[in-house]
Amino acid sequence: MKCQQCEKPATFHITELTGPEPQEHHLCETCAKTYLSQNDAGAPPPPTLAAVLAKQLKIGQAADELAKLDQRKCPVCGITFFEFRSQGRLGCSHDYVFFEKELTPLLLNIHGETRHTGKRPAHAVQGTDAKTELIRLRREMKEAVEKENYELAAKLRNQIRDLEK
Amino acid sequence: MKFDEFAERCGEWLRGSGPQSDIVISSRIRLARNLAEFPFIRRCNEQDRKGIEQTFRAAIQSVTDWKELINVDVAGLPSIDRQFLVERQLISRELADASGARCVFIDANETYSLMINEEDHLRMQVMHSGLDLESAWEQANKIDTELDKRVAFAFHEKLGYLTACPTNVGTGLRVSVMLHLPALVITQQIEKVFRSLQKMGLAVRGLYGEGSQAMGDFYQISNQVTLGKSEEELVKQVGEVIPVIIDYERQARAFLVKESRKDLHDRVSRAYGILCTAQQISSEETLHLLSSVRMGINLGLIQDLEIPTINKLFIHTQPAHLQKLRGLELETQDRNVERALYLQTHLRKRPGEDPAEHN
Repeated sequence: MKCQQCEKPATFHITELTGPEPQEHHLCETCAKTYLSQNDAGAPPPPTLAAVLAKQLKIGQAADELAKLDQRKCPVCGITFFEFRSQGRLGCSHDYVFFEKELTPLLLNIHGETRHTGKRPAHAVQGTDAKTELIRLRREMKEAVEKENYELAAKLRNQIRDLEK
Repeated sequence: MKFDEFAERCGEWLRGSGPQSDIVISSRIRLARNLAEFPFIRRCNEQDRKGIEQTFRAAIQSVTDWKELINVDVAGLPSIDRQFLVERQLISRELADASGARCVFIDANETYSLMINEEDHLRMQVMHSGLDLESAWEQANKIDTELDKRVAFAFHEKLGYLTACPTNVGTGLRVSVMLHLPALVITQQIEKVFRSLQKMGLAVRGLYGEGSQAMGDFYQISNQVTLGKSEEELVKQVGEVIPVIIDYERQARAFLVKESRKDLHDRVSRAYGILCTAQQISSEETLHLLSSVRMGINLGLIQDLEIPTINKLFIHTQPAHLQKLRGLELETQDRNVERALYLQTHLRKRPGEDPAEHN
């Protein structure tokens, strides 16, 4: 993909979530620097997810390093880090565990804290891991069906049934 | 269908009473929740979306007190009805515009709505008239606790409630207050207020929430941070700053009355005059003029009108409401004529007078 501002390859994919619709910007390193410094001008704006993410990923970070990070894929829902930073939305609750290293500074930037101190569910906490497992099994079953691997699909279906009990 | 009855009524949150209701329109609490066993919406297929709907439907229907909730299948609604629910603030623009299985449960008084398959699996919203954050939070907390007994929410020991967007993680709580600040706009102090609020970590938005322009001098103030503070602290954070803004607005109004009463009275009277006599009028102009009239009533410059009437007109003159009330789908131009007629009928009405005479 080419940069929206020039002809260089776009290595920064920024999603602005400040308007009524998410706005996607695909920029090269140089244009991304300009774009983000424009956002920095004047009074400090409230942190946007895109700006915080892009800063955290350190402008100037080698493109191949970034490409490697972008390919990391959650084993439960299958979302890649690239998809997250271009859409601004996570794919499942396990992403918070799988992408913890990348998300922690982001959360710190947005909230100034990384530890929840509020309400806790009285009833649901213990079952969460098993429930998350359901997301992976359902996804793998769907993929097995698509590949016409019905033997594997049936095995996965039985595992899902056991967990749903 | 009960849903159609909404058009005639106004909704609890616009009744124009409650603490500080001359300046505070409504107090809103929103909680974002996700079910642990499904991916977040962005990764859901249609089967997942239906599964989420069914899980919540079963949970909601098993709560005895919620038997009367009205369930609306948003996916199956014509776009005018979706727009109608957005205007009434019972669903978000995002839920209206999404695709795939999605629905909303609304209580008959319109104090709360439970949106299923919005950006998160569940967005619950409680709206009260006037400045009433504590009891709105209390009500939202009760709803959340009832649901928590029946479903497994995605929760992380350290990070709290997990949400599709990291900006909502932790409490999933957005505390918002809608304010009518015409005098701060006229005296050009509103920007200063916004800057101070942003420094305090609070967000300011226009009438229709995120990304929208402020229309008719209505502004929504809400918390930005959702992680690291308890729900009570967040409610307190927003709740403490509102009286200060109310005070600024009152001071600005007093200043205007003292220093330029004639100009102010002229502005209010002209607005009232246009609303009573225009032959065609857009919803944007209506909103601006109603805003002036609303302030005029509160300052005693207009004697024969009441705030609930104006609040009702704010809602009823919006495009989808106007068409639902008329029972017809209308093009923009026809809507402008219809809106003018509606305003004339309802503003010229005096006690004991038949509005039909003015048609």
